[in-house]
Amino acid sequence: MALREAIAAGKFVLTTEVAPPKGIHLDHMIEAEAESCRGRVDGFNVTDLQSAAMRASSFAGCLKLKQAGLDPVLQMVCRDRNRLSLQSELISAAAFGIDEVLCLTGDYTTLGDHPDAKPVFDLDSVQLIHTCTRLNEGFDLADNELEGPAPTILPGCVVNPGANPLEPQIMKLRKKVAAGAKFVQTQAVYDPELFANFMSQVGDIGVPIMAGIVMLKSAGMARYMNKNVAGVTVPDAMIQRMKSAESKVATSIEITVELVKGLQPLCQGLHFMPLGWNQHVVTVLDECGL
Amino acid sequence: MTATEKRVFDDILASLEKRGSVFVVGCGDCATVLQTGGEFEVKEMSEALTGAGKTVTGWVVPEVSCKILDVKKLLRQNKEAVAAADAILVLACGAGVQAVSEAAESKPVVAGLDTIGQVDQFRLGQFYEWCSSCGECIVADYGGVCPITRCPKGQVHGPCGGANEGKCEVNPEEQCVWTLIYERAEKLGEEPVAIGAPYHEPRDHRKSSAPRQKVFEPRRGG
Repeated sequence: MALREAIAAGKFVLTTEVAPPKGIHLDHMIEAEAESCRGRVDGFNVTDLQSAAMRASSFAGCLKLKQAGLDPVLQMVCRDRNRLSLQSELISAAAFGIDEVLCLTGDYTTLGDHPDAKPVFDLDSVQLIHTCTRLNEGFDLADNELEGPAPTILPGCVVNPGANPLEPQIMKLRKKVAAGAKFVQTQAVYDPELFANFMSQVGDIGVPIMAGIVMLKSAGMARYMNKNVAGVTVPDAMIQRMKSAESKVATSIEITVELVKGLQPLCQGLHFMPLGWNQHVVTVLDECGL
Repeated sequence: MTATEKRVFDDILASLEKRGSVFVVGCGDCATVLQTGGEFEVKEMSEALTGAGKTVTGWVVPEVSCKILDVKKLLRQNKEAVAAADAILVLACGAGVQAVSEAAESKPVVAGLDTIGQVDQFRLGQFYEWCSSCGECIVADYGGVCPITRCPKGQVHGPCGGANEGKCEVNPEEQCVWTLIYERAEKLGEEPVAIGAPYHEPRDHRKSSAPRQKVFEPRRGG
């Protein structure tokens, strides 16, 4: 079931993520990553030059998924393109039936592998969501009418439930939903209690919130995230478990299953960011009965 | 105020490769305050050039180097020293360099500084960019703080996901501009319009496209 139908059906929605390579072997991304989750998730996010590193485009990755009979979610960041290019890609993707779109501002250029590149940021994430809404109404951002049928883009957005302070994040989330966001995927969560607090502060915003899940691959990775990823805190107990694990994979799956069971009653779906571990996502889903 | 940084001396020498004699021009305004092109730096540069085997035929520090007519007058007053030089080295911003170029007409001009932007003084020796001349001032809606300039991503709807403990993802030593906006809200005792307003239209970049200009008929007699 595609994300749009899953949301409309009020299903507990599930998405995972694949990343196009720095190169032309997009088929490998499908075979090695996406295939393992076939039939198990409602959409595959395809990242857009994540971490500001040059790679094949999200659009190209989405097309490959579509050709393979999988449901892509186009990720779009505002860092690299102005409003002309962003709108052009939105309607181009929609012409291929790729019309579920996660709208993001994007990591800053200096954090990536071309730190001397020109940062664009002509629009921000709220304005990009608004752009999707406007295109759906049959107009571009300059109020010119689109030719032929209007697209039916389903824009989504992100939020960081662990951000401190939280209030400005929630303020922005409300603006994203007001601009037309139809689903929310969160930054990685490791603490159901913190997430419950976030959800109660957000209240009912009328669109599904999908808790972000990043499976731990090692204690080092957890410590790295604690140090470098804003609003992400892996509890010490989890780090210790990973550190003393006989099998990193088995322990990571065990931790993720517990986490998912804790988060499930609090939200309307899950978004996995498995960083190459899509086959283990399936195991987690199996063990959680999802 | 226009901020400048000294160019690497070897790069300046490379620009002056075929020029044996040099006349040096500083700036009595921004570059003096920023200690890149005042009298002190002009003398320092003249010594360095002499040390590198160049002949310095003379130097001046105009009151404001981007005022073409004043620069022209000053170069005329130093006609002989200017004529004796193969090139003019300018320790001023890019506008100053071009004003000297225009004023000197046939003489090659070399920039001694890199221009990095418009900055305002926060306290002595600390200059920050607080206005990026976008052409449509919105600070009133943001508690008197500009999100276009003071956020690297120009975030007008709220902080990006990279803001951490109130600090900026790009410059972790700096406060996120949205931290400043919320702090202002507390001080003002009222919520800035931007916190509650659902949507801010994208900027009109025509208002800040290069080259910008302002040409008008000045009011006479004050």
